[in-house]
Amino acid sequence: MLEILSDVFTGNPLIVAFAIIGVTMYLSYVLSDRLTGGKIHGSAVAIILGLALAYIGGMLTGGEKGLSDISVFAGIGLMGGGMLRDFAIVATAFGASFSEIKKAGINGIVALFVGVILSFVVGVGIALAFGYTDAISLTTIGAGTATYIVGPVTGAAIGASSEVITISIAAGLVKSILIMIGTPFIAKYIGLNNPRSAMVYGGLMGSTSGVAAGLAATDPKLVPYGAVTATFFTGLGVLLAPSILFLITKTIFG
Amino acid sequence: MVIYGVALLAACMLIGVFLGELLGLSLGIEANIGGIGIAMIVLVLAVDYFKKRNRLSLPAQDGLSFWSAMYIPIVIAMSANQNVYGAIQGGPLAITAGITAVVLSWMLVPLLSRGGSQPTDDEILEEKTTLGGKDNYARDTK
Repeated sequence: MLEILSDVFTGNPLIVAFAIIGVTMYLSYVLSDRLTGGKIHGSAVAIILGLALAYIGGMLTGGEKGLSDISVFAGIGLMGGGMLRDFAIVATAFGASFSEIKKAGINGIVALFVGVILSFVVGVGIALAFGYTDAISLTTIGAGTATYIVGPVTGAAIGASSEVITISIAAGLVKSILIMIGTPFIAKYIGLNNPRSAMVYGGLMGSTSGVAAGLAATDPKLVPYGAVTATFFTGLGVLLAPSILFLITKTIFG
Repeated sequence: MVIYGVALLAACMLIGVFLGELLGLSLGIEANIGGIGIAMIVLVLAVDYFKKRNRLSLPAQDGLSFWSAMYIPIVIAMSANQNVYGAIQGGPLAITAGITAVVLSWMLVPLLSRGGSQPTDDEILEEKTTLGGKDNYARDTK
């Protein structure tokens, strides 16, 4: 009986995911209503719940893909994986206004460069404080602080140790998760309520997952504007970190 | 037909990702530069083009808005896939670096959002009424 049920679940992973996410969202919206009087948005509750489930999944399996490493929940990995996520992000542009994107274009581009360089410098500074002094480790940790993709790409390119690469990925993950959770709470203090500031936000923060989830929980109308710049961040990081930023770091720290 | 909208969306995404790969290649790096962002801009322009010529039927628009509406559930599924355990196991260096970068970036948002003309209350009101998929239907029936 239980075996048949488990077979049905593992045989239809994506369908299971639709059902689970539906139930999770329902519970989250009820919780948001009852416990916070709607003050904390239902989507924000759902994202925090999702992250908590991901932590449990990682703890139980030792895998890297959160809840979807548990075989009956594999469909969550399909539903929330890169392909469907990007497809849905592109779809949010339906209803976005091109003139808004054009108007804030310069702000967005400036934010991208500032965002990559600021995260990099912060990463290098913290790594220094923790006792790293060689340019290769400093650059890799700085790059990882930009996003968890830039870190390992840079580390591999300049020959960092696997220990340092692991730290760089973790730094990017921490950043991405904090953006997911923190955005709806910080939004009103930083004026994140219009297309222009959303484009700046996407450029400064950079993590596509973080910005995508953070803005969804803040105001879904802002999602396309944040996503349109955030999706350039990783590419820019991969371009700058192993080249010019590494050279500068090497010049300063030898 | 609904599939026309979905196919348009798919085509835009493929074009964007392809251009992003080319951009990366031309700059000599093995990464996609802004493919999804380019795809979004292509979609905005394509929707505008077809709507002006009345070539985007309501069912086709439904195909687009369905995936747009699936965005939040998909993002929630994505959050359940994150390597949260790994992030916390990353140790104090990774956690300090991640938190500091985010907090400093937050502080810069108001500063970098300046420039151009600050929206007045009227403009903000206008923005609110022209944004979002549903209002596009209204615009379309004009």
